[in-house]
Amino acid sequence: MWELIQANKRKSFFLFIGMTILLLLLGYFIGSAVNPYSGGITGIVIALIILFILNMISHFSGSKILLAVSNAKEVTKKVHPQLFNVVEEMRIASNLPAMPKIYIINSPAPNAFATGRNPKNSAIAVTAGLLSMLNRDELQGVVAHETSHILNRDIRFMTYASIMLGTIVLISEVFLRGMFYSSLAGGRRSSSSRGGQGQLIIMIIAIALSILAPLFATLLYFAISRKREYLADASAVRLTRYPEGLASALEKIAGSHEELKTATKVTAPLYINNPLKRKGRKASSLQSTHPPIHERIKILRNMAHGANFSDYQEAFSNVKGSVKPIIPASGLTDHEDIQIRKGEAGKGKIKNARQSKRNLEDLMLNVDRYDFINCVCGLKMKVPPGYSGNEILCPRCGRKHKTIK
Amino acid sequence: MYAVFIFLGIVLILIFYIIGVYNSLVKLRNQVKNAWSQIDVQLKRRHDLIPNLIKTVKGYMKHERGTLDSVTNARAQAMGAQTMGEKSAAEGLLSGALGKLQIAVEAYPDLKANQNFLSLQEELSSTENKISFSRQNYNDQVLFFNNKTEMFPSNIIAGMFNFKEEEFFEIEDQTEKKVPKVDFA
Repeated sequence: MWELIQANKRKSFFLFIGMTILLLLLGYFIGSAVNPYSGGITGIVIALIILFILNMISHFSGSKILLAVSNAKEVTKKVHPQLFNVVEEMRIASNLPAMPKIYIINSPAPNAFATGRNPKNSAIAVTAGLLSMLNRDELQGVVAHETSHILNRDIRFMTYASIMLGTIVLISEVFLRGMFYSSLAGGRRSSSSRGGQGQLIIMIIAIALSILAPLFATLLYFAISRKREYLADASAVRLTRYPEGLASALEKIAGSHEELKTATKVTAPLYINNPLKRKGRKASSLQSTHPPIHERIKILRNMAHGANFSDYQEAFSNVKGSVKPIIPASGLTDHEDIQIRKGEAGKGKIKNARQSKRNLEDLMLNVDRYDFINCVCGLKMKVPPGYSGNEILCPRCGRKHKTIK
Repeated sequence: MYAVFIFLGIVLILIFYIIGVYNSLVKLRNQVKNAWSQIDVQLKRRHDLIPNLIKTVKGYMKHERGTLDSVTNARAQAMGAQTMGEKSAAEGLLSGALGKLQIAVEAYPDLKANQNFLSLQEELSSTENKISFSRQNYNDQVLFFNNKTEMFPSNIIAGMFNFKEEEFFEIEDQTEKKVPKVDFA
């Protein structure tokens, strides 16, 4: 486990360096294209300042912004005791230094993500749809996957990577748009002044870079996020000792047709499964943020011998038919056998569709801090959080009830 | 002159290396200790939950005196256990008694619909999970520590400062460990 974290830290570092170099090149050439005398240096300085500011923001409030954008609400144990218990179980198994904060997203689409600065300041967000759909063992699998993202330092890595990507995209866009408008407005000035072949070449390089850099950075970001998903699956199995839990959960998630409306292209790689349902696109392409979910399920179900990293690697090779290492070699050193335990994944939680829909609605109201009062006549009253009176009348039988607050 | 500097440089690097390894050994050993106390916390939590459970269940399960008593007794024994061996034996017994109670509950549908009981049951089964996960984590931490004390070159430093290997927490109850045999005959 520890070696894996080290390997991840090293990779984060290299990615950071690579993207920084890309950014500096971009800054230099765009700067030179705008002003051939001192523009290069100015461009680099501006690029660095933008990067610094964005990093500061992401470091101090990145996860808050992310959670707010996703419309996630922090909840207390009272809202969903089982979720809290499962998260704590995984905190214990993974030896995290602190309990992650727990958020629920009020959406029927089943999904989950983890975020945070480091393992001490982390958060796990799950949707109400996920909670209503999965049984305990399956929920444990999903939470284990998210805990692995925290443990493997994926959360910080992904935040940095997305910030770098965002900066590169921003600078390129501004430059390209600027070029476009200035060529519309003052074409004469640019053609008459500061000519020369050298300047033209720099201009061409700058344009090419601002078109290619975002593309390249995006592909890099997606490629890495795909690999991290496999790694988090492998770590999740090692934590729970139960591949079927996660496999069955992924199967239910894949079977859902609900769409998560608050997810965007930038936040998509953070989720356990791609929340953006794109129609008519090939599942496994360079552009996808997640490995195909059915492949992940197949790999998990192929793990017959044990719950170790090497067992996952073996299953991965069996399913994909390639020997591409998905786990860094340093993570495959522990040779002791880890047995798979038995569980109850796949056993239906949904008895009838109407009841499960009602449960989902109740949970979502609960997240929104509604109070529930059961009347003797069998009616369940849902009191909104803004209700100020001390008493409430049952609309069916007229009995008086005290509100809890 | 140069030779002296180079020699001093090497000695300095060596000293820093030893300090680094020593500190990581201490850190790993502390993590083992911490993991051990985690198990205790969860065991204690289980002891605290049981009186509540018995109180809730009692009214429904009048004909299961024996099962309830065995849980209460096992709890008392587990709480009184002093040595390591006693402890794991008593906790194993308690797990068994609770398991029997879980099975007995199946015959009481009224009880299974009781909201209070359901939330208690969730707490209890989660605590069982937490016990086994903290045990799993303890073994993980022991593995990391032992690897460090055994592997070259950190084993030399571990030997110098007398770091000894820690023992794994093996499950006492053999039935818990057994893999079911499949017989095709």
